[in-house]
Amino acid sequence: MSAVTVIYVVLFYVATAIFLAGLARKVYVYARTPQPLKIPTTPAPTTRAGVWMRMAREVTVFESLFKSNKWIWLFGWIFHFALLLAFFRHLRYAITPESFLWPFVSLELVQTAGKYGGYAMVIGLLGLLGRRIVVDRVRYISSPSDFLMLLLLLGIAGSGLMMTFVSHTDIVALKAFLLGLMLFDWQPLPASAPLLIHLGLVVVLMIVFPFSKLLHAPGVFFSPTRNQVDNPREQRWVAGWSAEPPTSGRAG
Amino acid sequence: MAAKFETPTLKEYIEIPHVHPGAMAESKSYAAKPEHNTALGFPGELVENWEQVAVMKLGDLVSKSRALQVFLDSCVKCGACTDKCHYYLGTSDPKNMPVARQDLLRSVYRRYYTTAGKLFPKLVGARDMTKDVLDEWYNYYHQCSQCRRCSVFCPYGIDTAEISMAARDIMDAVGVGQKYSNEIIGKVHRIGNNLGLPEPALADTLEGLEEDVKDETGVDVKYPLDVKGADVLLITPSADFFAEPHVDGLIGYGKVFHAAGISWTLSSHASEAANFSMFIGSHANLKKQAMRIREAALDLGVKRIIVGECGHAWRVAYSFWNTLIGPFDFLDRRYPVPQHICEFTYDLIQRGALRFDKSANDDKVVTFHDSCNVARASRMGDMPGGQFIIPRAVVQASVNKFVDMAPETIGEATFCCGGGGGLLTDELMEVRVKGAMPRMQALREVVEQHGVTHIAAICAICKAQFTKILPYYEFPMDMIQSVHGLVSKAIRLGPVNE
Ligand code: SF4
Ligand code: SF4
Repeated sequence: MSAVTVIYVVLFYVATAIFLAGLARKVYVYARTPQPLKIPTTPAPTTRAGVWMRMAREVTVFESLFKSNKWIWLFGWIFHFALLLAFFRHLRYAITPESFLWPFVSLELVQTAGKYGGYAMVIGLLGLLGRRIVVDRVRYISSPSDFLMLLLLLGIAGSGLMMTFVSHTDIVALKAFLLGLMLFDWQPLPASAPLLIHLGLVVVLMIVFPFSKLLHAPGVFFSPTRNQVDNPREQRWVAGWSAEPPTSGRAG
Repeated sequence: MAAKFETPTLKEYIEIPHVHPGAMAESKSYAAKPEHNTALGFPGELVENWEQVAVMKLGDLVSKSRALQVFLDSCVKCGACTDKCHYYLGTSDPKNMPVARQDLLRSVYRRYYTTAGKLFPKLVGARDMTKDVLDEWYNYYHQCSQCRRCSVFCPYGIDTAEISMAARDIMDAVGVGQKYSNEIIGKVHRIGNNLGLPEPALADTLEGLEEDVKDETGVDVKYPLDVKGADVLLITPSADFFAEPHVDGLIGYGKVFHAAGISWTLSSHASEAANFSMFIGSHANLKKQAMRIREAALDLGVKRIIVGECGHAWRVAYSFWNTLIGPFDFLDRRYPVPQHICEFTYDLIQRGALRFDKSANDDKVVTFHDSCNVARASRMGDMPGGQFIIPRAVVQASVNKFVDMAPETIGEATFCCGGGGGLLTDELMEVRVKGAMPRMQALREVVEQHGVTHIAAICAICKAQFTKILPYYEFPMDMIQSVHGLVSKAIRLGPVNE
């Protein structure tokens, strides 16, 4: 095995461990921290089912963002949707034809959509970057990490597109490498520059994920203003400090 | 009025201003005196190792609130909220953009509680807890009316109100309180209401009201205080006892109870609906203030609790009472606990139990101002959005001419009056006037296009704020009305009125 392969194997294991452990820790903290008071932003659903619907609209069509700003919504939604398409396209590197998902992943449609998803991703990201530079309000609130994050994602999308449209990578060897990673049966990584850059940036993304604003992905599901049922009169809510017995006043 | 600042000019529509850093840096509310702080259980003045205390308190608050955990981590700086705060729109100070306001606290949280902020503070915008930071907190967290407009528009529901409450809680913990809120909370703990009106003064005022109503209508409408065994305990903001136009609302409640033949009472022990402890984010004080109401309900042996016209009071009552001072198993569960006075009147209207002569309000063309805490933090009736429908239905039962302001400025997107969240104090007049600009802009539009003459509201703070700031925008100050003031005018009571 070449040194490059060894380095990437190690990087991937380290990044995966950091990503999973970091994310699990955060989700654990979110889930464990009580929300002592009811604070849904109203008008809010009065039933659990309604809350599921609200959340589904938030994460699929970005309902609140649509209400607030059509440009951010457009670029943000394009980027995220393209990311999803690209993800589906990439699934074929990680699963074998025996998998029940294979018929879906190998669909021509999924592959083509994923390919052009790469372009869409770049468009969305450039739009977001443009706003960050041009709109003085957004520039004011941006810190260096906000720019770096966009550049990182642009780097990933750009190097990915290079492989599809400029210099093809040995896909068969790549798949063998990735499957090998998962099965602890290491295979050589094809040494092409765009691929090494692409994978390297993905490793960086995985490592920064649990420590950055990318936590909005799990966070949105835990946001009390969005996930609480608006029923405080019907059902008494107590959690955390609000469940402690009163320290002042007379109890009933 | 000799203002030391310029009242914004109202445009055709709301323009998003360019950032003007530091525009409102000089606008500070008075600091609480030591006795105002200690009465609430806070240190009297800035404690010695305050940096440490502040950072510890921050960690403590975050560990006890999922909302803070999620909100401090999740902001992606998308900018969607930047133009949603009326204080930014009115002042163009970028620190009044919700995300920038959050970042005043977030930057410190990052520095002390996140890996990225500990390792690369500059990169992620993390800051040490310094006196400058504390001053900035004091300044800009007292330029947030906790109206939650930003939380509607944030893709993750990040609620700057929660963050501003936490910041104020931390400031109180190190001995830096705000005079206006803390002094008032102290009065409630001591006497039972924001104004410090003792029982005899209340009794006097109510007697006076009875006489006035008798003179006006010829009917013996009662305004009872501390009546044991009454069906309903009414909890209303103390401004209703004397201020204009609030008191018209109180007169109206009494007439509705009278017409419906339901016995009711006020309580001198719990003569205040407002609970400013929410503004300062103090859980202990929030609970202590609310507990007076449970005590009064038990002492008087009432079956129902109804809350008068006050926005944040209704939020506290609707969302928090059951949690803080419930369960209410001693009350009649056939009625919602608590119930809003608008829900109560609306039900009677629906059942045909009240008679109105709307022409009594024919001198008015009325619009309705949705108060923030009612619109975005509570509900009325049993369907989502009932808080928009019910008060309007009550207004429309009382007046012939009603017009709504532009849809993007009412309902869940309503613009704050500019005076909520503990900002209703004279030294913040510039913030209040400028923050009211978007609301005034929408009002002017219906004044010009539909001849609107009055704006009705169901919040004591909105009413007090409008009374003060309407003249800055060249509207008459008595344009602002209580919803139940309109009801009071139109309701028919007895034979004399027929
Ligand atoms: S809308 Fe929400 S996520 Fe976007 S900048 Fe504002 S607070 Fe942050
Ligand atoms: S809660 Fe209201 S006042 Fe505070 S930042 Fe948000 S929009 Fe502005």
